[in-house]
Amino acid sequence: MISVTKLTKIFGDFKAVDNLSFEIRAGDVVGFLGPNGAGKSTTMKMLTGFLPPSSGEIRISDMSMEQSSKAIQKQIGYLPEGAPAYGDMNVVEFLSFIADIRGLKGQLKHKRMEEVVRQVQLEEVLRRPVENLSKGFKRRVGLAQAIIHDPDILILDEPTDGLDPNQKHQVRELIKHFSKDKIVIISTHILEEVTAVCNRAMIIAAGRMLFDASPADLQKKSRYYQAISLHFTQLTDISGLAELPGVADMEVDRHNGRVTLFPEGEQDLMPVVSAYIRDRGLQVDTLYQEQGRLDDVFRQMTEEVTA
Amino acid sequence: MGNVLTIFRREFLSFFATPVAYVFILIFLMLSGVFSFYIGNLYERGQADLLPFFNFHPWLYLFLVPAIAMRSWSEERKSGTIELLMTLPVSIFEIMLGKFLAAWLVLGLSLALTFPLWLTVNYLGSPDNGIIVAAYLGSWLMAGAFLAIGICMSALTKSQVVAFILAVVVCFIFVLSGSSIVLDAFTGWLSPLLLDTLASLSFLTHFESMAKGVIALDDVGYFVIVIGIWLYAGLLAVEQKKAE
Repeated sequence: MISVTKLTKIFGDFKAVDNLSFEIRAGDVVGFLGPNGAGKSTTMKMLTGFLPPSSGEIRISDMSMEQSSKAIQKQIGYLPEGAPAYGDMNVVEFLSFIADIRGLKGQLKHKRMEEVVRQVQLEEVLRRPVENLSKGFKRRVGLAQAIIHDPDILILDEPTDGLDPNQKHQVRELIKHFSKDKIVIISTHILEEVTAVCNRAMIIAAGRMLFDASPADLQKKSRYYQAISLHFTQLTDISGLAELPGVADMEVDRHNGRVTLFPEGEQDLMPVVSAYIRDRGLQVDTLYQEQGRLDDVFRQMTEEVTA
Repeated sequence: MGNVLTIFRREFLSFFATPVAYVFILIFLMLSGVFSFYIGNLYERGQADLLPFFNFHPWLYLFLVPAIAMRSWSEERKSGTIELLMTLPVSIFEIMLGKFLAAWLVLGLSLALTFPLWLTVNYLGSPDNGIIVAAYLGSWLMAGAFLAIGICMSALTKSQVVAFILAVVVCFIFVLSGSSIVLDAFTGWLSPLLLDTLASLSFLTHFESMAKGVIALDDVGYFVIVIGIWLYAGLLAVEQKKAE
């Protein structure tokens, strides 16, 4: 369990992290969201014991970071931003070095190294120097070193940054498989990633916590949550749609003629709308319920703070 | 201690994974040969010892040791690996010690590879080999002091070039403070006590007797303390500057 109380970090006269408090329990997969420079990386650097906080306290597994950072670091696997690694070593040498420092020995070390190499699919580059690897492989080497000791807590700073869609998918699968009874914290500014892998989303901007709940709750904050989008095949009189019970507002896109109906509260408009269409024999070529547009929510929340 | 060994091994191998160690050893051997024969007149003196060889070591180290020390922390900070390293369960002290020992061994290896010179004087005459061994050890110890300064300077900056220049300047001060140029300049208006203190801070003063094969406890102690102080200063610098 991670418990953070009133965490603050000040660089000179710049407040990077401002009075953050939260608790993370085993099984939580937390997505750290926020614009660039919001304090995500700084928070992670403090959680991993790299930076000392200016004030506030971090306790992990009932140990204080200040007093027993080395014991805490044994439980954490960390992928720093940009996945730094020793370029002059090859992949096997690098992983072996990390395994040695993590105190893995003999058979166990061998087994773990084979396992992570298989998990992140590094087989084809084992003997290549890290500095000659592509961005995707470098990131995977970084992931491999973070999970080599099977840590209870995995902290990944932008794990999918710069990866192609296939690689992103692999990394997400890996995180999903990993997470069962452990803690995973990932930072990202890709919102779909949070809905894909996390069961908890935290939005940070200007060092402050703006939102901390499930990704579904985040979607609910969107104006588009459960809104109905539809498009008629022919030109149709749509004025009746706005009068339907439960419809709060209607928007028509002038360019493509797409109609969006916003519900009052959390009402499900689908039955009413589909009945309306059926009754009048209208022809519709698209009709669906929106899940909520995270980008909008994100922009709305963070712009208020940074403006 | 296991961690020190792990760090040591990584650092040592990395010297040889890149051309750094090879170039260093080659240049060291060439320069020490040139200095001993052309400037030190090893042959012409007609004496079976290696004094001309050892006498040039402080000046050789002045430029070569900072070159091997400059990457130790600068590169970690530049490439961001410092964040990786310092979030692993290993202390800065262990990292520092591992780094120092690895570079020190490279220096020791370079020294050891000058053995043809030793064979030469043994072929030409019958030198006191005890003196030569003692001088080798003394030289290695002094190299460690240069190295500790270099590593500390490397901890201060992300730029290897800046680290190199700073290290050369600081080492230069330490070498020169015992030379006749500096001491003569101060003679007369500095009290003899202060003058002695100044001279006693110099690498030259402490290496002088070692080069002649005299291993005195205070000389050894001096270099060990210098190494300790500079590595500790480096430790503080890393702690302070790691986030920048």
